[in-house]
Amino acid sequence: MSGPATRLILAGAERAPSRRELTPAAWADLPGALRQEAELELLALWAGIGAVHAAFRPAGGGALLLASTAAEESYPALSPARPAAAWFERAIADLWGLRAEGGVDGRPWLDHGRWGFTAPLSGRAVAQASEPPQPEFLPAEGEGVHQIPVGPIHAGVIEPGHFRFHVQGETIVRLETRLGYAHKGTLGLMRGKSPRAAARLAARLSGDSTVAHAWAFARAAEAALGVAVPPRATLLRGLMAELERVANHLSDWGFICNDAAFAWPHARCGALREVVLRANEAAFGHRLLMDRVVPGGVSIDIASSGMAAIREALALVAAEMPALRRVTEDHASLQDRLAGTGALRPAWAALFAAGGFVGRASGRDFDARRDLPYAPYDALPFAVPLLQAGDVEARLTIRMEELAQSLALAAALLDRLEPGETLVSLPIRGGEGLGVVEGFRGEVLCWMALAEDGLIRGAFLRDPSWLQWPLLEVAVEDNIVADFPLCNKSFNCSYSGVDL
Amino acid sequence: MLWPSLARGLFRRPLTEPSTPPPPTTVAALAERLEAAAQARLGRSLAIRHVDSGSCNGCELEVNALSGVVYDLERFGLRFVASPRHADVLLVTGPACHNMTEAVQRAFLCTPDPKWVVAVGDCALDGGVFRDSYAVAGGVERVLPVDLVIPGCPPSPTMLLEGLLSLLAVQEEGAAEDPPPPAAAGG
Ligand code: SF4
Repeated sequence: MSGPATRLILAGAERAPSRRELTPAAWADLPGALRQEAELELLALWAGIGAVHAAFRPAGGGALLLASTAAEESYPALSPARPAAAWFERAIADLWGLRAEGGVDGRPWLDHGRWGFTAPLSGRAVAQASEPPQPEFLPAEGEGVHQIPVGPIHAGVIEPGHFRFHVQGETIVRLETRLGYAHKGTLGLMRGKSPRAAARLAARLSGDSTVAHAWAFARAAEAALGVAVPPRATLLRGLMAELERVANHLSDWGFICNDAAFAWPHARCGALREVVLRANEAAFGHRLLMDRVVPGGVSIDIASSGMAAIREALALVAAEMPALRRVTEDHASLQDRLAGTGALRPAWAALFAAGGFVGRASGRDFDARRDLPYAPYDALPFAVPLLQAGDVEARLTIRMEELAQSLALAAALLDRLEPGETLVSLPIRGGEGLGVVEGFRGEVLCWMALAEDGLIRGAFLRDPSWLQWPLLEVAVEDNIVADFPLCNKSFNCSYSGVDL
Repeated sequence: MLWPSLARGLFRRPLTEPSTPPPPTTVAALAERLEAAAQARLGRSLAIRHVDSGSCNGCELEVNALSGVVYDLERFGLRFVASPRHADVLLVTGPACHNMTEAVQRAFLCTPDPKWVVAVGDCALDGGVFRDSYAVAGGVERVLPVDLVIPGCPPSPTMLLEGLLSLLAVQEEGAAEDPPPPAAAGG
């Protein structure tokens, strides 16, 4: 049974496989229809020159639905029906100069007034020479409420961003995140480049998810061009994605414990992570596996000695994991900090369609590897852990469970490697495609449109953090300020991935 | 329980593997060089403040690895501090994003003299793949005086370590030529 919003979208003219173009009048009806169909999840909202696009996930599963409408100056906002749309709408206004009519938040986002002009991707940028405006923050009122500004430069070795706390005593009344500091103009740089050339930019959208983003980008290009990837390349992509997940989950595990002042797991996880990164280097020539996944396949085959290095690393991690997990779970002083802290209610995770460990720790049962199946995962058994508590402990537990799954998956992928091609060439022609890949944070989405000369006309890469950052603001409410680092680390959202 | 693990750690061989081949000079020699240089210059240690000028976070991953048990930066007397006011070195990652210019320059002004700026990664070198963007001024030297560049995308922890130690060597040579700065009196 499809709801009114799904029907409205499907009634649009089919423009590309699974993308429907809605008339402005039909789009104007969309917010109302979305309100009546709460289970249709909004995954992304972006724009091109003269058009706005949205990606939805139907409740019953199946392929994503893309909806578009023409927009010259403005378009009807979706944020009144889907609060997650607000950040996207602000980004669209800043980059493409299209205003969201009736949007819940009209403040600038990525544009801090420092580029020298406005709307850089609109094709009609207007020069701007005035002083950068002071940011405005949402107010919080009450007796004794005061503000704590933090950032953009933080005390640790992390990315830049500003946190504005309103606190009452020790308790956080409201947190607002202001990002955009790491805006590098990535989408603009992609325009007019070939998919192969632009893949280097996709690989650098968020360095910790370089494999996931490069893979989603490659899948989008391959879908646009109708290219089939050789089986060996697909297996190697899967292997790299699992190694990336292992390294990141280990890192987060350590850092979460460290932020609760329990340094031992941090030290151990750091050492194990280093073992994995060195195996990456031995197998693929890069510790973080950057630029290894490219449209058409993979740029490098696994080194002959690399298989053994990876097996050894996987075995080392697997051998130490049970003890490490016991220590993490049995230590009352640590549990005291993790349990119940930064709890995110399942209703919120569902409302924002939060992916990855944020969603799965709060009851949202979705993993792109299983629910939008793609090779090589469609032929591999693995479990997707799910919890309801939504606190820091639950997010850590999901990671620990996924780690074990990924170790087994990586080993299975190694076993299946058959000799064969690893890269095919791309035809030069136009097309449009969507790629979704499960990264360590959640599902990564890439949409790409190619002009007839095979060069990129427009692209959008959606990091999972778009839907997770706003939930961090919710999860920390009524927690004490001192627990914020812990909550933040348990979300571990990407700054660069959202700043574009 | 942590105790059994700690107890096992006393008796079991540590989880270890042969390290990557050391740079031309051995680590011991580097440590010695560092000690001489740092003592002449700043007493016994260098305090490093990391500043992200808009990186992709790849460089951060490797900079973070430096303080882990494997690379253990602190054994060389190098350590990360939480404020530029406590720092001798600003370690800057990422291209010079316009949205970060003001913050980066303020951090520099907050850092007491003598100070050095180390640009880390290909982005910090010349903007890297983001060089031609409307949102990026170029490398870090477009907004700060840079003393040392450690290239790579991202540079490995070994490269970072080598770079930081070479900074001390260069400073030492400089110190031999010029009269020692007032800071040399400390320590
Ligand atoms: S040098 Fe490479 S790893 Fe470092 S910030 Fe730039 S793109 Fe990321």
